[in-house]
Amino acid sequence: MSSYPVATPSAAAPSPRRVGRLEPAALAGVMSRDVVIFKRYWKATTFSSVVQPTIYLLAFGLGFGTLLKQIDHVKTIEYIATGTVATAVLFSSAFPGMFNTFIRWQFQRTYDAMLAAPVDVEELITAEILWISLRAGVYGLAPLLVGMLFGLEPNPGMLLVPFIGFLTGFGFAAFGVLIAAVAKTIDNFNYVTSAVLTPMFLVAGTFFPISSLPDGVRTVAQINPLYHCVQLVRDASLGGLQVADLGHAAVLLAFALLMWRLAIWQLGRRLID
Amino acid sequence: MTEEAKNELRAGASAPAISLQGVVKRYGSIVAVDGLDLEVAAGVCFGLLGPNGAGKSTTMRMLTAQALADTGEITVLGYELPRESKQARMEMGVVPQLDNLDVELTCRQILTVFARLYRLPKGERAAAVDRALELANLLPRADTIVRELSGGMRRRLLVGRGLIHEPRLVLLDEPTVGLDPQVRQELWSLIDSLRERGVTVLMSTHYIEEAERLADVVAVMSQGKIVAQGTPAALVRAHAGEQVLEVYGPPARLAEASAIADRNGWGSRRSGPALAIMRAEALNGEAPDGVRRPANLEDAFVALTGEEIE
Repeated sequence: MSSYPVATPSAAAPSPRRVGRLEPAALAGVMSRDVVIFKRYWKATTFSSVVQPTIYLLAFGLGFGTLLKQIDHVKTIEYIATGTVATAVLFSSAFPGMFNTFIRWQFQRTYDAMLAAPVDVEELITAEILWISLRAGVYGLAPLLVGMLFGLEPNPGMLLVPFIGFLTGFGFAAFGVLIAAVAKTIDNFNYVTSAVLTPMFLVAGTFFPISSLPDGVRTVAQINPLYHCVQLVRDASLGGLQVADLGHAAVLLAFALLMWRLAIWQLGRRLID
Repeated sequence: MTEEAKNELRAGASAPAISLQGVVKRYGSIVAVDGLDLEVAAGVCFGLLGPNGAGKSTTMRMLTAQALADTGEITVLGYELPRESKQARMEMGVVPQLDNLDVELTCRQILTVFARLYRLPKGERAAAVDRALELANLLPRADTIVRELSGGMRRRLLVGRGLIHEPRLVLLDEPTVGLDPQVRQELWSLIDSLRERGVTVLMSTHYIEEAERLADVVAVMSQGKIVAQGTPAALVRAHAGEQVLEVYGPPARLAEASAIADRNGWGSRRSGPALAIMRAEALNGEAPDGVRRPANLEDAFVALTGEEIE
């Protein structure tokens, strides 16, 4: 091992550096690690993000499509493709939020290493959620692209979909981090997957309209953030944006902010003794 | 040590690199750190010596604000913790006891991420990474994934990662635990060269030899407190005297020797197969026959903590 190459580290006067909350340099540092990992695994990640919606489109679209020409006054392919955008966003944000967080924190101790560097808990968690939601926004486009192969017509409003996906993904990534922060073991995720995420992705107007549901279930569905994502994506992609969509966007924003703060609070409590 | 650091130390004007006052840290009903007062002067290699569970690692975590003290005041490099901990962390390097390397990344990738986390300017990152690789003796392994490195290489990479931004203060938590003697020697010379360059080193260890060989000042920690502090030689003189008398023999003989020591008020302890009597230079004619040897830090340590150590 060679000797320490610093000339005179203690001679240099420490430059007092202004530091604040959520510094871009810290966020970029944490995300640079995510980028490195992504470069290694992008094929697998992208494969699943494209194949999954394709399967949904084939199963629901072609399956239902032979029975139904329209769902809720929308062409079946349009209904299913836009619904699948929401499920793609949900899966590509909630699952990495849960699993990546738990693995990096508990098994690999990556977060412990990073927090010894000039990175605060708030920056660490925000950067991780940001990265996941950026990715989710992009992957949210996959179902639309696949849908076009099955006859979905391109629409300029579809350019809004990555932004809707980002906002929704931010909330669900933070939700995943929150779950990871309160989970005792990684097996606990099974409860959340079966009891929360599965009903959430089905009862959101993704593959069938919630208007056909009993009153009680419909009310619950309207609290589901994914329902608001679906509505927004559908209106944007099919050229039907209206004032009510501002309400959907507001719900998604509120959900994202709430989950973000809860995730920082809960995981922060466990990262810092 | 640089001339400036030396001058500062001589003049006594230098502010301490680390200062803890009345620090208490509880985990539930367990008191991990119990009213700790500690000062580490700038430019020294300071050894925190104590048995497992003495509170060394908790103390280390509090210095990076990864654990928050229940009461007490902590300053690091003049910054008040936890409020200004981020500034402090910019200027210090940490080598943890537990390997927390990213096993999926290569050495170069890990170091590049940390060069960013430590806010090195873009143009300096590549050079800093190469320097850290060289320091860790890992240049030929730069593009190897961490999972494929040996334990010794991983520890060296941890050290390189903690030094990538050329910190003024380095925290080493049990730096050589579980390493083979050759790697341990390498790390020791590295730590020694840090001190020579004027970098302040705080090293926790439960290896007596490590503290004795490297540390300018040793603080003995036991049950969350500092029980003694000084240069290794001064600690030995104060708590074990100049010589130790080692009495060998069957258990009955050792019990007899132990009784004699107790009657005379001599400090003694079982040391492997022998009974060691402290301050052998001051014993009277009642002293049993045995072998005299110079007292060492281990004798002082056991006298202070009542605990045997590796």
